[in-house]
Amino acid sequence: MSSGLPIMEKEPSSTTLVAALAIAGFLSGIIIIGVYLATFDTIAENKARELREAVFRVLPNVTRMQKLRYDGSELVVLPDNAKDDEETIYGGYNDAGEFVGYAIVNAGPGFQDTVRVIYGYRPAERKVVGMWILESRETPGLGDKIYKDAAFVANFDNLGVDPEIVAVKKGTKSRANEIDAITGATISSKAVVRIMNEAHKKWDARLPVTAPALQQAAE
Amino acid sequence: MSKQDPKLLLQPAPLLRQGMTTPAAMRDVWLALLPATAAALWYFGLAALLVLVASIAGSVLTEWAFTPKERRAITLRDNSAALTGLLLGLTLPPALPLWMAFVGGAVAIGIGKLIWGGLGANIFNPALVGRAFLLATFPIAMTSWTVQQGPAEFFTVHASNLTAPFMQAPVMDTLSAATPLGQMKFEQSATPLWDLLIGNTAGSIGETSALLLLLGGIYLFLRRDLDWRIPVGIFASAALFSAILYGVDAERYPSALFTLLSGGMLLGALFMATDPVTSPVTPKGAWVFAIGVGFLVVLIRVFGGFPEGMMYAILLMNAATPLIDRWTQPRVFGRNKGGSA
Amino acid sequence: MAISSKKMNPYDEMMKGLWRDNPVFVQVLGMCPMLAVTNSAINAIAMGLATFFVLVGSSFLVSSLKRWIPKQVRISVYIVIIATFVTVVDYVLLATVPAIHKELGAFIPLIVANCLILGRQEAFASRYPVKLAVMDAIGMATGFLLAMFALGSVREILGEGKLFGVSLFGDNFEPWVIMILPPGGFITLGLLLLLFNWVGERKQAFIAQVAEAERGKA
Repeated sequence: MSSGLPIMEKEPSSTTLVAALAIAGFLSGIIIIGVYLATFDTIAENKARELREAVFRVLPNVTRMQKLRYDGSELVVLPDNAKDDEETIYGGYNDAGEFVGYAIVNAGPGFQDTVRVIYGYRPAERKVVGMWILESRETPGLGDKIYKDAAFVANFDNLGVDPEIVAVKKGTKSRANEIDAITGATISSKAVVRIMNEAHKKWDARLPVTAPALQQAAE
Repeated sequence: MSKQDPKLLLQPAPLLRQGMTTPAAMRDVWLALLPATAAALWYFGLAALLVLVASIAGSVLTEWAFTPKERRAITLRDNSAALTGLLLGLTLPPALPLWMAFVGGAVAIGIGKLIWGGLGANIFNPALVGRAFLLATFPIAMTSWTVQQGPAEFFTVHASNLTAPFMQAPVMDTLSAATPLGQMKFEQSATPLWDLLIGNTAGSIGETSALLLLLGGIYLFLRRDLDWRIPVGIFASAALFSAILYGVDAERYPSALFTLLSGGMLLGALFMATDPVTSPVTPKGAWVFAIGVGFLVVLIRVFGGFPEGMMYAILLMNAATPLIDRWTQPRVFGRNKGGSA
Repeated sequence: MAISSKKMNPYDEMMKGLWRDNPVFVQVLGMCPMLAVTNSAINAIAMGLATFFVLVGSSFLVSSLKRWIPKQVRISVYIVIIATFVTVVDYVLLATVPAIHKELGAFIPLIVANCLILGRQEAFASRYPVKLAVMDAIGMATGFLLAMFALGSVREILGEGKLFGVSLFGDNFEPWVIMILPPGGFITLGLLLLLFNWVGERKQAFIAQVAEAERGKA
């Protein structure tokens, strides 16, 4: 096949080369922008739905939510399409629009890779009312029980946060702030607890018992 | 290097890799493992025997199946495949489903040895390759330990042992127990040294009794079947490292003696790290290898995710062995470092 | 073009990618997605289809435009073309099947760096007419897809006891966790290569035997 390359008689000028690349780049750009615009709405909707489902999962009786951001002194309401950052949490409200609790996202190292946790928190009772794993690469069959094992997830349905959450050996849970760790996956279990404790420490003082009122009209 | 005069060499050909080819050496290792194996049967009963048999069967059948017909008789006679199976079996939990032990034996020989070209050509210790595969594949079964039922209940076989192939072992609650290393790691409680010494603990089939393993090691040393530098180096570096940690915080870290007597330390240091195929051939290299293993064991046990680190420590140093061999090649007299005149 | 394409049959060009020049088992190309995303059959097929689309599209464009692409900047132009297709795939997957997109993650953008694709542009599409180039790309991409599927299904069956998420052996199946983890990818790929070579050798031996026999008869 080596004989296949055409032998160029003369070098094309640099202008030709630059022009060829520029045209290729330009056409490529147009196509990409077209696809980006065509898919933008669906992608944004997918993301929003995923988040909504997670928030509803960790906060029982919640049917509506809004984004809240801590601006250094208080919580302010963000529009739904605002970009999330470290200071963003979600307020959950029931059908009547009454505040139920906060959903807080935090990430930290697990056994293998970063684990992203979302949990529901009710400041009035100082209790965690639900936990779900948004992202993890824990060992299949072992560490992944942090979201596959319903009994472990149920640990977080009514969990005290004072003085802090503690993972204890399975079957020895006795206090309101304790959870049963998963046998054989102590490290993953403790990682979840650590990530939640970290987030709680950061947010505890910032969260008023009642969040800003729900702003949008019902969907 | 090929032209050197053999008479000038003061060491027995350090540049050649010696495979464990002689059936005599294999017989010595079998004899040396006998006391520890007997103790395993005493402590764990028929279940342990079945796991050992399954693991040996997996090894031997794999060797038989993948060896050309005309070489079978020769390859199988030195019992090396069976020995790999036995060593693997000794590192397994007594309640392991037998089919898993069989798979482990097959992987040990297939992926650990034959795929490299057979005996003497492998880089990693085959038994440990089998164990690493099993630990990564069946993490729950491989870390479910049982209490010792003692000789009175010799004929006890765990329900999990008899699990049908490819099926999940039933969860055992009544007999489950934590190994000394597990207790150390997760509860910071040290098992009494005397129990570790005689083997009165939960753990893998053949690693509980420190005393009997040591006895086997001494026998091998007397028969000159093992390079004493490797176990001595491992013990020394592991003891030193853990003594330093113990000095820093005696509450959190195990003592040097606990480190030496618990888990797979003795079985690994005496019978696996010393495998002449996968350890350095030069004396200097043996020291480097041994110190590396000892250091890594403590590092993994204390700071890693697993309670036990012997297997990974040896496998990691196995991987480094070709490099160590190259670095520690003795210089030929009358030549410079590059080997030229 | 210096090479005459008269003797080349589009059908042969397609079939060679399936077995004789299989990109994975013979050329050992595209190992990164091969090892990374084959932990389930569905992921493997999604990745295979994404690669199929990019490879066939790029080969078509490169072959059609080859007269206008200056030799000196051809690699850059190929990459721009490939990257365009990859970006399109990325957005489309994200919009239509977000769950699979999440599993494949960074490996979709990395299709750009799949040497199989650039290799086909440089070695084939840039030298042959569009029809042959497209058939070659279809063959290669199908070969890649089949290999991905072989690896993905073996890993999913052993690793989870399922195929396409459907349980095969009942609830009591003990999953071989390693098969879903990266080492399982390496081990399975190695064993499949072994099998492929073994079958190939047997085939060669058989052909040689038949040839011998026929010579004997003659």
